[in-house]
Amino acid sequence: MSFLTVLYACVFYAATVIFVGGLVAKIRCYARTPAPLKIPTTPAPTTTGGVVLRMAREVALFESLFKSNKWIWLFGWLFHVSLLLVIVRHLRYFTEPVWFWVAMAQPFGTYAGFAMVAGLGGLWARRFLVDRVRYISTPSDHLILLLLIGIGTSGLGMRFVNHTDIVGVKNFFLGLMTFNLQPLPSDPALLVHLSLVALLMVIFPISKLLHAPGVFFSPTRNQTDDSRERRHLAPWAVKFDAASGSKSE
Amino acid sequence: MAAPQFEVPKLTGNIEVPAVKEGAAAHIKSFPANAGIQEIIGFPGGSEPGELIDGWHDKAIAKMGDLLGRYRSLRVFMDACVHCGACTDKCHYFIGTGDPKNMPVARQELMRSVYRRHFTFAGKYFPSLVGAKDLTKELVEDWYKYYYQCSECRRCSVFCPYGIDTAEVTMAGREILDTIGYGQKYTNEIMGKLHKIGNNLGLPGPALQDTLEGLEEDILDATGVAVKLPLDVKGAEVLLITPSADFFAEPHVESLMGYGKVFHASGTSWTLSSKASEAGNFGMFIGSYENTRRAAMRIREAALELGVKRIVVGECGHAWRVAYSFWNTLIGVGAGGTDPFSIELQKQLDPRYPAPQHICEFTNDLIKQGKLKFDKSLNDHRVVTFHDSCNVARGSRMGDIPGGQFIIPREVIKAVVNNYYDMAEETIGESTFCCGGGGGILTDDLLEIRVKGALPRMEALNNVVQDHKVNFLALICAICKAQFNKVVPFYGFDMSMVGGVHQLVSTAILLEKEEE
Ligand code: HEM
Ligand code: SF4
Ligand code: SF4
Repeated sequence: MSFLTVLYACVFYAATVIFVGGLVAKIRCYARTPAPLKIPTTPAPTTTGGVVLRMAREVALFESLFKSNKWIWLFGWLFHVSLLLVIVRHLRYFTEPVWFWVAMAQPFGTYAGFAMVAGLGGLWARRFLVDRVRYISTPSDHLILLLLIGIGTSGLGMRFVNHTDIVGVKNFFLGLMTFNLQPLPSDPALLVHLSLVALLMVIFPISKLLHAPGVFFSPTRNQTDDSRERRHLAPWAVKFDAASGSKSE
Repeated sequence: MAAPQFEVPKLTGNIEVPAVKEGAAAHIKSFPANAGIQEIIGFPGGSEPGELIDGWHDKAIAKMGDLLGRYRSLRVFMDACVHCGACTDKCHYFIGTGDPKNMPVARQELMRSVYRRHFTFAGKYFPSLVGAKDLTKELVEDWYKYYYQCSECRRCSVFCPYGIDTAEVTMAGREILDTIGYGQKYTNEIMGKLHKIGNNLGLPGPALQDTLEGLEEDILDATGVAVKLPLDVKGAEVLLITPSADFFAEPHVESLMGYGKVFHASGTSWTLSSKASEAGNFGMFIGSYENTRRAAMRIREAALELGVKRIVVGECGHAWRVAYSFWNTLIGVGAGGTDPFSIELQKQLDPRYPAPQHICEFTNDLIKQGKLKFDKSLNDHRVVTFHDSCNVARGSRMGDIPGGQFIIPREVIKAVVNNYYDMAEETIGESTFCCGGGGGILTDDLLEIRVKGALPRMEALNNVVQDHKVNFLALICAICKAQFNKVVPFYGFDMSMVGGVHQLVSTAILLEKEEE
């Protein structure tokens, strides 16, 4: 087994552990932190079903962002939907036989790569062109966009410019998943692409990419507006009811 | 009106997003509280107002850790922001000043930079990469200035893709500042009066009794009908909790008289309480669960002592948010409680009515049932528009359906006036612009930010004044009333155009004269 194969195998195992472990830890932390008061941004749904719909619209359509700013919405939505298609398309490297819906998404996935990079380009341009966005941008904001653009363009490069040994790549990943190492093709574009993806996985749980799990835990979006009908009490606030604290003086 | 020490923005007919002007509002700072004020509400104070206590840095970080563990909102909001910029042009204080630290995301960033430094891996090891910062004295100064240039109006949270509510961050920031001795004089002094005397004005029971008697005489003189404003009546059906400004400030008293007439005309037995003579609750402004609860406890106690069946809340924005959204949690006013604390009160309340109920819900129900008679033409000298108060619009509800808080006050208004026009769509409803004086900003030492923060509302108002000759700005918030009263003259409007929804009701309602 070549040094390269072992190195990338180690990198991907480590990245997966950090990605999954980090996300689980973060999600646990969000779930365990109480929301002591009812703070949905109103008008808010009065039923749980309504809240599920509101959240679905936020996640699938970026409803609030649409109200807010059409340009960010356009670029941001384009990028995320394309990213989703690209991820779905990539599942064929991890499944044998390939799931039928993954196969069905293949044709869209190809163009999604371009759309994704275009969306990212639009978002990045805003960071230079709009003075307010320029003011709030940190180096990491630029670098994350650069990282995603790097992943996108190196991927597109392998597909449209310099084909790589796709069968070899698939064997490598299927091997990783069964702890049975297979050689990794040593094509520079592929190595760059994979390194950047591993880096993305590593920074995911320690960066603003936490917006993805975060949105589901946002109390202003996931609470029902039923404060008059139901008493909502955080565990840490129960003591006030019982104690002498039931007097105002 | 004295000549202002600052440039009042010009009305252009459009709400324009200003260019970023760093430091444009950096000189605007409210007076800090002294140690005496701080201690009354359970916080330490330094040797001078605004002097930090010993060991402030570590205490601030420890408090931040405490709040991160107790509030999911703060926890998630600190992590989730992607710096997309969608909120950057949504804050009235940014629109009015151009100071980038008044952009919601930048206001959050004052805290997020410290959060990153102390509570995240990236910020501990790569601070400059992710904009992490140590909490220095200069940064504490910025916290104090810009957390008191936020009215906690939640407009930004409507437009953020994750619902990040800068008000939550501001509240946390203020609570941390209070913990290290850096409180605000205005808010904390009022908080103390509320704890000690029972209302924000420090008006004791006997004085309140006198005031109410005076107002009863005024109503009798004006209408020939003996409308009562009862105080501390045991066994009354309704307890009215209203902002104390309603007892003496103009135009607030006009609405109080309106409530009195509605109760009178519908034959509802009701009472005010000298113990709970304040709907306002500035505890929310400083993010203090303990202070908010302690202040609200007076209302629970008054309700239990007086044995009332219903609790109705007068015209006050943040008070209605606290009442509608928090009272059930804090003091058990509501329904659905399963614990002894809440059951004790809830078994006394009449389950046929929501608890608490907004005065507009109360009046609107009576209108729907045909129990009130009006002569709308008595309001014909008025052309009315309605300002949705931020806390009502984005932090509460009225009625049974989401958005009822926009419908019900307008229904009440339309039942009593003939001439009504809404302001532009994007400045009302859930997108309403704050009056500029909410959330602990309503103090003369912040006049500049109050005037500048009112700019988007003044633009929208000016447009309906030009197009429809609107001459009455109807409000359901004591702070909005006081703020607009002070601020509209800076934009060339007359103070007399500011008033309450129940002031309009008061003008048009027909009371039956008792037969002699
Ligand atoms: C539940 C899933 C997700 C939701 C609802 C979501 C939503 C959003 C929204 C509304 C924005 C702001 C608009 C924009 O700038 O595009 C955003 C930004 C961003 N998202 Fe996501 N996202 C999700 C998952 C992801 C994932 C998996 C990634 C990357 C691997 C990602 C990367 C980004 C980046 C880099 C930005 C910032 C773009 C910029 O710099 O302007 N998101 N996301
Ligand atoms: S809560 Fe209101 S005042 Fe505060 S930052 Fe958001 S928009 Fe501005
Ligand atoms: S809209 Fe929300 S995510 Fe975007 S910059 Fe503002 S606070 Fe951050």
